[in-house]
Amino acid sequence: MHELSLAQSIVEIATSHARAEGSGRVTKVFLKIGALAHVDPGALTFAFDAVSAGTLAEGAEVIIERGAAKAFCVPCGLTIEVATHADVCPHCGVHQWMLTEGDEMRVTELEVE
Amino acid sequence: MQVEQDLLAKNDRIAAVNRARLDATHTLAVNLMSSPGSGKTTLLCRTLELLKGQTPLAVVEGDQQTSFDADRIRATGVPAHQVNTGAVCHLDASMLLGSFELQAPPEGGILFIENVGNLVCPAGFDLGEHKKVVVVSVTEGEDKPLKYPYMFAKADLVLVNKVDLLPHLDFDLERLMGYLAQIRPEATVLKVSARSGEGMESWLAWLGEARSAIA
Ligand SMILES: Nc1nc2c(ncn2[C@@H]2O[C@H](COP(=O)(O)OP(=O)(O)OP(=O)(O)O)[C@@H](O)[C@H]2O)c(=O)[nH]1
Ligand SMILES: [Mg+2]
Ligand SMILES: [Zn+2]
Repeated sequence: MHELSLAQSIVEIATSHARAEGSGRVTKVFLKIGALAHVDPGALTFAFDAVSAGTLAEGAEVIIERGAAKAFCVPCGLTIEVATHADVCPHCGVHQWMLTEGDEMRVTELEVE
Repeated sequence: MQVEQDLLAKNDRIAAVNRARLDATHTLAVNLMSSPGSGKTTLLCRTLELLKGQTPLAVVEGDQQTSFDADRIRATGVPAHQVNTGAVCHLDASMLLGSFELQAPPEGGILFIENVGNLVCPAGFDLGEHKKVVVVSVTEGEDKPLKYPYMFAKADLVLVNKVDLLPHLDFDLERLMGYLAQIRPEATVLKVSARSGEGMESWLAWLGEARSAIA
């Protein structure tokens, strides 16, 4: 359940922005979670509800946008889309790629009041 | 309001501090990860017995509770610091940074970090180490790379431990290697037995190469 640590980080980010704005509470948290990010969105939302209790982010709605995972295939020199760590390149059938996008876990936007 | 802040930004910042700290003392840091009971501590004890006297050494032990593993390490004569993570299921960069205050990284030597026994969560947290080593024992079955791809996708080295038990099992090493190649073809694979000592020379040679790469 490393989602607890990640949820703690969301609460820290959200509440520090809310405080800096002089807002009373955070109402919405927008996240971008890549297709190959090492986190379960359901567990993350659950963990957020638990660790945000008693903070400015308590009760905030979590909205998660999933992003595709992209990789650079070394033999082909092409950018490909991958859905799992075990995927091979659709062009050359080889697993020799480096992830370029899709493992991100970011707070993109906040709504406060 | 637009924010664009990474959830791991704080951890990654501290990991960069750790890496700078380790590089300043030319210390190779190796993060050992595996499921509970794969033999990380046993393997470490044997490794330390072989290296002590020639190489400056220290160990950071991560477990949710107890100092059993640090006690086992100290019995070899090598200094060990136990981090108890409590409810947390992995080490993070700040825990390693905190350990440096109590136990300095061994200058010009090797710092071994034994992560919490868990094939899932430790994969998500950069500690600032130079090498990630995943230990998988032959009693766990061949399918672990496919079941826990996040962990294996980051491995520099996979140590297949407890090979002394192979005669008693129907473990298929080729299958494990095939699955690993689907996830992480770049990883080196070495067969070892922390019990019999088989394969220890190759593991020590790998460590020697990793040390010269950072020196
Ligand atoms: N037969 C055999 N047993 C081993 C070997 N290595 C470790 N063991 C045994 O496996 C059990 C677990 O070993 P540990 O070294 O405590 O494993 P660990 O990965 O440190 O465990 P945690 O720290 O709890 O995650 C012990 O009973 C060891 O004696 C090996 O190479 N062969
Ligand atoms: Mg142990
Ligand atoms: Zn290709």
